[in-house]
Amino acid sequence: MTFQQPRVETSPKVSDEIRQTTCYMCACRCGINVHMKTNEDGKKEVAYIEGNRNHPVNKGVLCAKGSAGIMQVNAPSRLRAPLKRVGPRGSGEFEEISWDEALEIAAGWLKPIREDDPSKLAFFTGRDQSQSFTSFWAQNFGTPNYAAHGGFCSVNMAAAGIYTMGGAFWEFGQPDWDHTKLFMLFGVAEDHDSNPIKMGLGKIKARGARVIGVNPIRSGYNAIADDWVGITPGTDGLFILSLVHVLMKAGKIDLDYLSRFTNAPVLVNQDPDSPDKGLFLRDDHGAPLVINRKTGKLAPFDMAGVRPDLGGSFKMGDVTHVSVFQLMAERYLKDEYAPEAVAERCGIPATRIRAIASEIARVAFDEAFELDQEWTDFRGEKHDKMIGRPVSFHSMRGVSAHANGFQTCRALHVLQILLGTVEAPGGFRFKPPYPKPVEAHPAPHSRVTANKPLDGPHLGFVHGPEHLALKSDGTAARIDKAFTWENPMSSHGLMHMVISNAHAGDPYKIDTLFMYMANMSWNSSMNTKGVMEMLTDKGEDGEYKIPRIIYSDAYSSEMVAYADLILPDTTYLERHDCISLLDRPICEADGAADAIRWPVIEPDRDVRGFQTVLVQLANKMGLPGFTAEDGSAKWQDYADYIVNHERKPGIGPLAGFRGPDGDKAGRGEVNPDQLDRYIENGGFFVEHIPTEASYFKPWNMAYQDWAVNLGLFDSPQPYLFQLYVEPMRKFQLAAEGHGERQPPEHLRARIKDTMDPLPIWYETDQQGNEGFTVNALTQRPMAMYHSWGTQNAWLRQLHGRNPLYVPTKLMRENDLQDGDWAKVSSPHGSITVPVMEMAALNENTVWTWNAIGKRKGAWALEEDAPEATKGFLLNHLIHELLPAKGDGMRWANSDPITGQAAWFDLKVKIEKVGAPEDLAESQPELPPIKSPVGTGPKDLKWKVGK
Amino acid sequence: MTTLPSATEKKLGLVIDLDTCVGCHACVISCKGWNTENYGAPLSDQDAYGADPSGTFLNRVHSFEVQPPEGHAQLVHFPKSCLHCEDAPCVTVCPTGASYKRVEDGIVLVNEDNCIGCGLCAWSCPYGARELDLAEGVMKKCTLCVDRIYNENLPEVDRVPSCVRTCPAGARHFGDLGDPDSDVSKLVAEREGMDLMPEMGTKPVNKYLPPRPKDQIEDQIDILAPLLAPVTEGPGGFMGWLDKALDKLPGQSSGGTA
Repeated sequence: MTFQQPRVETSPKVSDEIRQTTCYMCACRCGINVHMKTNEDGKKEVAYIEGNRNHPVNKGVLCAKGSAGIMQVNAPSRLRAPLKRVGPRGSGEFEEISWDEALEIAAGWLKPIREDDPSKLAFFTGRDQSQSFTSFWAQNFGTPNYAAHGGFCSVNMAAAGIYTMGGAFWEFGQPDWDHTKLFMLFGVAEDHDSNPIKMGLGKIKARGARVIGVNPIRSGYNAIADDWVGITPGTDGLFILSLVHVLMKAGKIDLDYLSRFTNAPVLVNQDPDSPDKGLFLRDDHGAPLVINRKTGKLAPFDMAGVRPDLGGSFKMGDVTHVSVFQLMAERYLKDEYAPEAVAERCGIPATRIRAIASEIARVAFDEAFELDQEWTDFRGEKHDKMIGRPVSFHSMRGVSAHANGFQTCRALHVLQILLGTVEAPGGFRFKPPYPKPVEAHPAPHSRVTANKPLDGPHLGFVHGPEHLALKSDGTAARIDKAFTWENPMSSHGLMHMVISNAHAGDPYKIDTLFMYMANMSWNSSMNTKGVMEMLTDKGEDGEYKIPRIIYSDAYSSEMVAYADLILPDTTYLERHDCISLLDRPICEADGAADAIRWPVIEPDRDVRGFQTVLVQLANKMGLPGFTAEDGSAKWQDYADYIVNHERKPGIGPLAGFRGPDGDKAGRGEVNPDQLDRYIENGGFFVEHIPTEASYFKPWNMAYQDWAVNLGLFDSPQPYLFQLYVEPMRKFQLAAEGHGERQPPEHLRARIKDTMDPLPIWYETDQQGNEGFTVNALTQRPMAMYHSWGTQNAWLRQLHGRNPLYVPTKLMRENDLQDGDWAKVSSPHGSITVPVMEMAALNENTVWTWNAIGKRKGAWALEEDAPEATKGFLLNHLIHELLPAKGDGMRWANSDPITGQAAWFDLKVKIEKVGAPEDLAESQPELPPIKSPVGTGPKDLKWKVGK
Repeated sequence: MTTLPSATEKKLGLVIDLDTCVGCHACVISCKGWNTENYGAPLSDQDAYGADPSGTFLNRVHSFEVQPPEGHAQLVHFPKSCLHCEDAPCVTVCPTGASYKRVEDGIVLVNEDNCIGCGLCAWSCPYGARELDLAEGVMKKCTLCVDRIYNENLPEVDRVPSCVRTCPAGARHFGDLGDPDSDVSKLVAEREGMDLMPEMGTKPVNKYLPPRPKDQIEDQIDILAPLLAPVTEGPGGFMGWLDKALDKLPGQSSGGTA
């Protein structure tokens, strides 16, 4: 029979309008084209979301989360109006109230606190992308108790990077994807940042360059790695220091780079009795001193023409000073770091460690290349070319979330620096406003005065004990005990300790807990069940131990039920936001960039953007900073603040389109049309870095001048990379008895042991894990990472279940089959969960997808949804405190240096408890919470355009 | 029964790089979004927030573990959609003529007006690449975004399937596999692209680029070992080596041109 092809419309109209804004389905912040179509009512609706090709972050591509944004905007779990709790806390019983009443209640709680003791407010903002604004609010309120979620995420990587080299991975910098020939990825890192890493891997793969994945789990990026190193969790630092050992011993390090750009040649006091032992020899102006190889004499590190001697030593009186490099050679050349000595602990054969080291050496030095580009360094020396070392690294949360995470991250940064790859072509490149020396960051501030702002920014970088946030009696100034002797360098705070400490009244009691986008009664807390109890626990007076809780979220998350007052947020397509250079920007290695969100649709519910609500609350309380001299409010909403706020004259939240004509970048007067100009430009702004300033940025005067011109700094800030971190040594000195500020006795030994100024590795067992021999990890699937809410109807069809993945050996040993139930126990507790075999896994590690498990009643899911029945959290097995040591102290389950939550130190044992049909639900089974929004529709079928 | 064209003018299809696909599902959801809003009936979801959510997808990513005879197990992410076969059994089995293969470009499509939802085509497809939409009762499948690739309302650069446009890793390529000089044909030749289940005799147009060999770094150790020869063996000798090495650095004696 002859077949007549039907006519197909191949050029249908795609949409009526494209509105360009910034994605918020995760923390990656890609540019998106939101295609709008007009519905029957003549109203424009979101029809389709795709990546913006011109955007600096994603260049047109978009991940699963981004494309599923449409299902977040129409999600049934969206909160609809402000809520006041009417049932007991935790029940989920609320009544809807007006915004006037909600703001009245909130201000009625907050204003008296401010007038009496602002530290009675703990304000923590979770998954916040507006920290320069929320911290400004908290600072003007006057409470020292402010931070976002960095403390339970990746502060180790960020802080280690800042202290070591003035920046870290992700928002701070990226591999030189166009030139790198060997890329090494450590730990769980499928999150930060989402699309650029995939794009970079794609570029590397297209060139046939090599990818090495170091991860106990061979999923995601590790699945495409050419070589997989299934390391034992928590031993990355030991593996890296073994690479350092082999490379140093073979002389495969960049001596020229080390002598010019790092503190390797800086002289260190070696007098065992001196209060300066281990500190740098400095001149009268405080500049660290080196030996000049040309003269053999002392010279400041930054003197024009100096040739710093890596092997320098100097005797001043009786006191010997040797170079940092000599201290490193003495330490890392020791046999204890030889591959054969570490192989068993790392779970990596010595030959493999040597093979990887040799491949690193080969690519860094034998495949070195030159870019024909002149540049001038900070000493005034001209270089006629840029030498490339095409080895790059990336790592984020995986290696960070251990009790030795800070030192491990330091080791990784030191490895890159020894190879001379940081800021060299083919290596790692900073993104503006980084590189930025640690000295250019603020120190933490915590001095509280009733009715006054805090004395400065909350978070920062301590340079020694003098910067700790301690009260005059030596107790912690902050509710999370950040910047105390327990974790001196806790630059992002310890959000995971806030509820526990507030409940215990340790270091003091608070009145109101105010949180934003932080699911603390579920997957964002250790000891989830315990946290629920703390949130609902009452004292002898019958009052809640944490008297008041205010929470803002766009969705009916598990945390909603535990608040007294809910301030419903908008979705990301219904709001103004700025992705600011003052905050966590979206820059690329070749340019400074920032971006906005704007309401591409109007909310169909009685909700308000959280930042606008903060402006309204500030105005109601007359907070300084928000109030003009005549007593009037400076800003009406967040958009008003974004455009009109100036941090200092000419510098505001957005760097683009400043000045009366909108033609100034970085510095410039307020431009009332700024948001319109952003929208015309696709929702973002980019200022490119000149070619001669592209590499060697910490020392490249062309970059330094460009950065000053753009307003990133007020003067050039060249600096040396800190292989040896002197501030850490200052804490050790205190622990050794030097100085006025002294640690409590019970912490002296720990500070001496862990705050080593050169990277070390130590065992992470803080629990007493005897009998618990299996490592247990979590990660989020790429299609959900950093995504707020897995109720998304499309994404939950990809990842609606989370079995415990168990390696073949442990399946056999425990007589387990896929679908069987296993009891998983830790020193803290136990859960019962379904298992599934995975062969491409470290043979002594189990893992699961995090945050798939949901509480019944949350996220508008049916109570029989698999997330709520078989889904589970490993969080129940992890306590926020270490087991009591009999000293009456509460020891946080955190890195002793930064306070980063040590999630991945979890050790468990597993045993079979039944066949698939023997149990219906994972344990513990928690009672449902009442949903303020009901459940979603049964079936979905729609087409906006019809 | 519906007949296949004896030849097509082009063989448009996808080349999917299994060495690069990280299994992120970006293609799956972008496809769902575009095709809900465009060609034919929307892609519906049943029990969307309930116990057994199940919707229509034209493209899915499966993950398989592979255990080579030696060495570590591997994980392969495997995106799968209609392969637009030259000998498409889904077309010849169709009782109404709803399933057909286009003469001009070889795309296999379903004319939903004529589809009775009998499911024979899905049964005959050895790849499981067709899904019956339960809300509409018609068969859905990859259209290779026939409403994008020629769409004059889109900028030229965007006239590719939505899965290709969105793929963050660049693991998906689109083009004419009937033209040996096309970029996709060259890629297939260079990387030894493969047919999926060639034994089924369907002659799929889509091709898969196989993963490169893995876990071979230790095989290089004999070649690379000299790179790691210690610079010196004696105790304290390292600093002596350093001194000599520093002397050899360019600029150490001559200095810069400050």
